[in-house]
Amino acid sequence: MPDRLLEVSDLSTHFFTHAGVVKAVNGVSFTLDRGKTLGIVGESGSGKTVAALSIMRLVPDPPGKVVAGSVYLKDRDLLALDDDDMREVRGNDIAMIFQDPMTSLNPVFKVGTQIAETIVQHQGKSKDEAWDMAVELLDKVGIPDAKQRVTQYPFEFSGGMRQRAMIAMAISCNPDILIADEPTTALDVTIQAQIIDVVTEMQAQYDSGVIVITHDLGVVAQMADDVMVMYGGRTVEYGPVDEVFYNPHQPYTWGLLGSLPRLDESEKQRLTPIKGQPPNLLLLPNGCPFSGRCPYEMPVCSKEFPELEIVGPGHGVHCWIPIDKRYEIRESLPRFIGGHAS
Amino acid sequence: MTEFEQTPIERETQADAAAEAKAWSGVETQPVEAAGALPGEIIANRPLGLWADTWRRLKRNRLALVGLGIIIVFLIVGGTETIFAAAGWQVAWRGNAQGLSAAGGYLAPYDPNAVNYKLSPQGLGSAPSLAHPFGTDFLGRDILSRVLVATRISLLVGVIAVAIALIIGLSLGPVSGYYGGWVDSVIMRIADIFFAYPYILFVLLIMTVLGPGFRNVFIAIGVLGWATYARLNRGSVLSVKAMEFVEAARAQGASDLRVIFRHVLPNTMAPVYVAIAMGIGGAIVTEAALSFLGIGVQPPQSSWGLMISDYLSYFQAGSWWMEVFPSFFLTATVFGFISFGNGLRDATDPKLKE
Repeated sequence: MPDRLLEVSDLSTHFFTHAGVVKAVNGVSFTLDRGKTLGIVGESGSGKTVAALSIMRLVPDPPGKVVAGSVYLKDRDLLALDDDDMREVRGNDIAMIFQDPMTSLNPVFKVGTQIAETIVQHQGKSKDEAWDMAVELLDKVGIPDAKQRVTQYPFEFSGGMRQRAMIAMAISCNPDILIADEPTTALDVTIQAQIIDVVTEMQAQYDSGVIVITHDLGVVAQMADDVMVMYGGRTVEYGPVDEVFYNPHQPYTWGLLGSLPRLDESEKQRLTPIKGQPPNLLLLPNGCPFSGRCPYEMPVCSKEFPELEIVGPGHGVHCWIPIDKRYEIRESLPRFIGGHAS
Repeated sequence: MTEFEQTPIERETQADAAAEAKAWSGVETQPVEAAGALPGEIIANRPLGLWADTWRRLKRNRLALVGLGIIIVFLIVGGTETIFAAAGWQVAWRGNAQGLSAAGGYLAPYDPNAVNYKLSPQGLGSAPSLAHPFGTDFLGRDILSRVLVATRISLLVGVIAVAIALIIGLSLGPVSGYYGGWVDSVIMRIADIFFAYPYILFVLLIMTVLGPGFRNVFIAIGVLGWATYARLNRGSVLSVKAMEFVEAARAQGASDLRVIFRHVLPNTMAPVYVAIAMGIGGAIVTEAALSFLGIGVQPPQSSWGLMISDYLSYFQAGSWWMEVFPSFFLTATVFGFISFGNGLRDATDPKLKE
């Protein structure tokens, strides 16, 4: 029996702007077990970050508001907690790593001060104890000469080191869940790999659940057990990474996978882009948000969002195209990963 | 030295420059002369912090240095008077009219309030002499002593009034900017009201309500000054609150007040320091104006504004020294604060960096 940490069901977060209601997250459900990693992928504006911020209850309000759904951390409904209790959850039970390490540390404080601050607040340790823990944590995330480094200011750290420091801060209170919001986007490729390693190591050590938000399918392949593909605020496909990567059912997922370069391609082949523009979130169709860009669109697509269809173990998809037809189309795609596991 | 309020880009550039210099020199510990530095200027390997960098640029601004010199002299004189007169302070607070004369004048050669008619034969005082370099006033009191003792009033007004304004301004400004919405509207509209009234009339109004006196001058100037700091700081808060470390702090479970005053506020202080320098100068002038009008510091305490006012008719009768020296000290002090403030602003303005 897996140790369920997080159960999000039917979460909807809308932004009420002057121009209209932006349905940034629209009926999204997922779960996270201890020791597992969930990847959330999708293009910019697909609602990945807002979904994560909704769990943390950090959506700027106004204009944002969680309008429906529930978020259960073990047996507590986070959406029903009062503000003080929620503050205790943040940093202590759920911690977050941000995209841009250059701006996610406060420039006026020493790195150690910032890490120690969280420890003092959540664990009731004295300042000196917290400081020693900060040294230990920095050492753990692979910053050499940690004793010296804690006394430095963020500008004396490189981007990769800052991200390591952020990770140290995030794991300082041994959180159950670590949310990494595009943790590697602002870093170069070699540093990306190191940061992924650090996160994975920390996860193993603390046995936390990790949610990694990214638009880099490579990061998902490397880190995640499950993956959720989001588009226009909706989940379009959800399942174990191997299932989704090798047996994808949704045209948008096909598009994502088809637009990736591959090492094992025998001939030089053009990448297949997804045609069209990302949707205007103010004017989403009532039905599937991908309708309008989807090459296999049917009249029903823009009218109603399809129900969840289970197509494999833990593998769900939202698509109107009948399953036989989907296999048929998939076979005919010019360049495609799925179908055969390699 | 702290690395206060420096944009990441500046930091990177400095760090890069230092790293480059290090690479070129090949020697790690030896200070190197960087390409952009003035001749003979040594730039350490360690990247310069904001204050070191600001100081480097401020040093080239002569006027600002003169201002700084004046401020330092002013602080030494006023500070000495204040510290040594700590006992007299309390006497003054108790409303003892003689309080300051008993305690003040530690640097002054004479008791500033000692009346000596021999020194004022025709009631016009005596001209500057070796014994009384600034002359004496119509009661035969030593002008130099009075001018020096008055420094203390000006220092106290500058510091306390600006401190009151800062406490109010830096509480409301960041709250206003951070929360936005109706909180912001309410606070900023109140600030607008404070801005809309003609300043000196508003001060007069408050002084009329509170009654004349030394202490009320602080309150009036302080209470009226907050809007400047609040509005100035609100602007910076708006830009800083959008930065990721603020969200990171919230994600770590920090409360709103903690986020505002520990994480946001320290990152918005650079423009405030400039405003403080200017504000002290302004407060000193306002105190002088109030005392000149007779509702500020009350005689026999001496204040530059009060002296200018008291001696005005004697100036017209030919006793120039009575008027010139207090005026000169007032002008010089305010000039010092304003030129230093200007220099500081130029030195911290990234757009003016060469």
